Amino acid sequence: MSEPDTPAASPAITLPATGLARLGARAAPLVCLLLQPLLGRIVGQVASRHPELFDRLGEHRTTDYVIDPLDLPFALHLRPDPRALVLRAVPRDREPVAGATIRGRFLLLLQLVDAQEDGDAVFFSRDLTVTGNTEAVVRLRNALDDMDGSLAEETAAMFGAPGRAVLAQLRRRYEDQAGGTLA
Amino acid sequence: MTQAELVCPAGTPAALRTAVDAGADAVYCGFRNATNARNFPGLNFTPEELAEAVAYAHRGGAKVLLALNTYPPAGKTALWREAAETGARLGVDAFIVADMGVADHVARTHPGTRLHLSVQAAASSPEAIRYYCESFGVRRVVLPRILTIPEIRAIRKEIPCEIETFVFGNHGLMVEGRCSLTNYVTGQSTNMDGVCSPASDVEYVRSADGSMSSCLGGVTIDRFAPDEKAGYPTICKGRYLAPHRAEGYYAFEEPVSLNLARMLPELVAAGVHAFKIEGRQRSKSYVRSVVSAFRRAVDDIRAGVAPDLADLVALTEGQKETQGAFRTKKWR
Amino acid sequence: MAVTGMQAELTLGPIPFHWSREEKRDFYARIADEAPVATVYLGEVICSKRAPFFETEIPETAERLERGGKRVVLSSLAEVMLTRERKATADLADMDGVEIEINNAAGLLARAGRPHRVGPFMNAYNEDAIAWLARGGATHVCLPAELPGEAIAVAARAAAALGVEVEYQVFGRAPLAVSARCYHARAHGRTKDNCQFVCEEDADGMPLATRDGRPFLRVNGIQTLSESYVCLVGEAGALAKAGVGHLRLMPQAVDMVGVARAFRDCLDGRKDPAEAEAELVGLCPGTRFSNGFYHGVAGYRKIAADAAAMADR
Repeated sequence: MSEPDTPAASPAITLPATGLARLGARAAPLVCLLLQPLLGRIVGQVASRHPELFDRLGEHRTTDYVIDPLDLPFALHLRPDPRALVLRAVPRDREPVAGATIRGRFLLLLQLVDAQEDGDAVFFSRDLTVTGNTEAVVRLRNALDDMDGSLAEETAAMFGAPGRAVLAQLRRRYEDQAGGTLA
Repeated sequence: MTQAELVCPAGTPAALRTAVDAGADAVYCGFRNATNARNFPGLNFTPEELAEAVAYAHRGGAKVLLALNTYPPAGKTALWREAAETGARLGVDAFIVADMGVADHVARTHPGTRLHLSVQAAASSPEAIRYYCESFGVRRVVLPRILTIPEIRAIRKEIPCEIETFVFGNHGLMVEGRCSLTNYVTGQSTNMDGVCSPASDVEYVRSADGSMSSCLGGVTIDRFAPDEKAGYPTICKGRYLAPHRAEGYYAFEEPVSLNLARMLPELVAAGVHAFKIEGRQRSKSYVRSVVSAFRRAVDDIRAGVAPDLADLVALTEGQKETQGAFRTKKWR
Repeated sequence: MAVTGMQAELTLGPIPFHWSREEKRDFYARIADEAPVATVYLGEVICSKRAPFFETEIPETAERLERGGKRVVLSSLAEVMLTRERKATADLADMDGVEIEINNAAGLLARAGRPHRVGPFMNAYNEDAIAWLARGGATHVCLPAELPGEAIAVAARAAAALGVEVEYQVFGRAPLAVSARCYHARAHGRTKDNCQFVCEEDADGMPLATRDGRPFLRVNGIQTLSESYVCLVGEAGALAKAGVGHLRLMPQAVDMVGVARAFRDCLDGRKDPAEAEAELVGLCPGTRFSNGFYHGVAGYRKIAADAAAMADR
């Protein structure tokens, strides 16, 4: 699934992003530009710490994933190719042609990669829309699940105490929603 | 009373470590190929990963059971032999087999390793189980999920091996090892390739009215109203039309999951040696919560204390849950 | 060991459906007199509850078929769980003087090494399993319906070396699954124990269509079958050449004598495969044919003869 990036991106960017969401779609290109260094740093660190992740992705290392947090003003483009890693924020009108697309509310996507909840229950529910190559998405999910700990936590930790605080706040938020099930 | 061993799923090395840490007595897993019945994208172990996993499990006092439980098509048996060879070399504690050719090969080539009879062998009578015991020295049978507790108790008295039963997880409807539904639709076989409703053939199609169809290999397995929760397109859990059923109905079974938490004490009393938790394709958070909860319950039962089953029951709360065939034969 | 089309035998598998006693009697009388099949399998394979309806007729039916020059083989149940199923299986496996086909490991235990045939439900997928079964007395193996042609050829070669005959289904709905639960009873809001033999209403299985109206599967009690009929008349010659000496026709609610004749004519070279298939299409109005399993693709698919010759995809 989409988690890898989304979540990764999310903890660090959530607060500003939610604020930015109010600025509307016109601000999207600017937001994307601002996020780029952050996303690059996140994906680079995750990749260097978890080389086994790529092995599990198999042929889908070169698949273009679009992860679309519906309530944020941009989508994420991930190509988990270890030789040329791509994780970037893209305005919705400039999404690349995706091999697989995962759409859902940001907190749901975060919850999935946070590994605190079983993704299975929500994964194929209506709350999450998977289009394109379903196998690519399943493979990504399984690869991410093989990481020890939580991708979200690891990403948050990259940003020190503020990062962890943001994640804690987000967790509380999704726990508040429908008793944590994000139904 | 029997040992009531807890046998837990490990789809990835991380899930295996999670299961061991959560108190699994044994974990079961497979290689990344057709030799096991959960040959799903991104799951399973390389030989190197299995070597580490065996070491980790053994340090934690848990056994590793290697699933070799598919049926090699003629001409491809070498892959299964190689998997058995690797497993034996890495010191797995048992092989879980279904095919008679594989069973015979393993029994002759690796006589030191325990053989468990997979649910994929569909041995559902004392005679069938005894056939495998007498032929290959099978030490444990994983019973099909189609028997009631009195039937399990009766079988126990007539067979020379241990019994393992599923207690939790995805609830299969068809006799395992005898289902070609996936192959009919996708060209990939559950028995020969180890896949069931492969993700590569799954598609969700949204209609203009907001309804959504879940499709497998282009065949509509179910259709969901705009406000309805969509399920994964598993053929035996889809809704279809029949002459007497003009509305789509679950022709085989509702999409429910098995939870025998409340029946654990009875199963132990019936002589079940091991409880199996399904879900090698599930996440490690699932593994953590299910294994920990069953660990506490089994420990209580072993200690002669009435287990607090609330946590276990809660695992499937809000979802559709069943005791399947175990409670009553009316299920049939 | 390769056989020519002319040497390949046609067999008639056990009736999978719950036809009435009269229907079965008439069916087998006609088969005995008119169908160019060498072997007929008798007995209830799917549901033990149905067995008593025809059990008493089996000796007479067997005799009738033998008078018509057919070899008769008695088939055992695929699913064995209940006391009556265990007893039926043990009793059959214990019979001497008749040939039996075993469909469940419980039957192998009771047979205890005496000669027998191995049915399609036994999952003899490969040469190692066949070798094991041969050591236990198997003389003849019917391969699983989903086994692709490539593997069939390997299995047939290995079987020939062991002196074991090989059979494969070439006509009729593909058996796709069995269950402990009766889906016929379920469709009518009943349980298996209280089914009132509602499966008798559907001589060729109860159709299941997808929610967008596409015919998909057939329910036959505890069994699930394909909507399409497997039809390998175009592949029969190649199967024979690969060493499959016995080609199984599964009884459906169509003119099975006509079906057998079309296959025989094709094997004997009196009709080319296209002609034979056209005839079969005429005999099975409204039913799609499939050959996907044989070609290693989705079972429901029909690979055209030309494409098949080019080793499809």
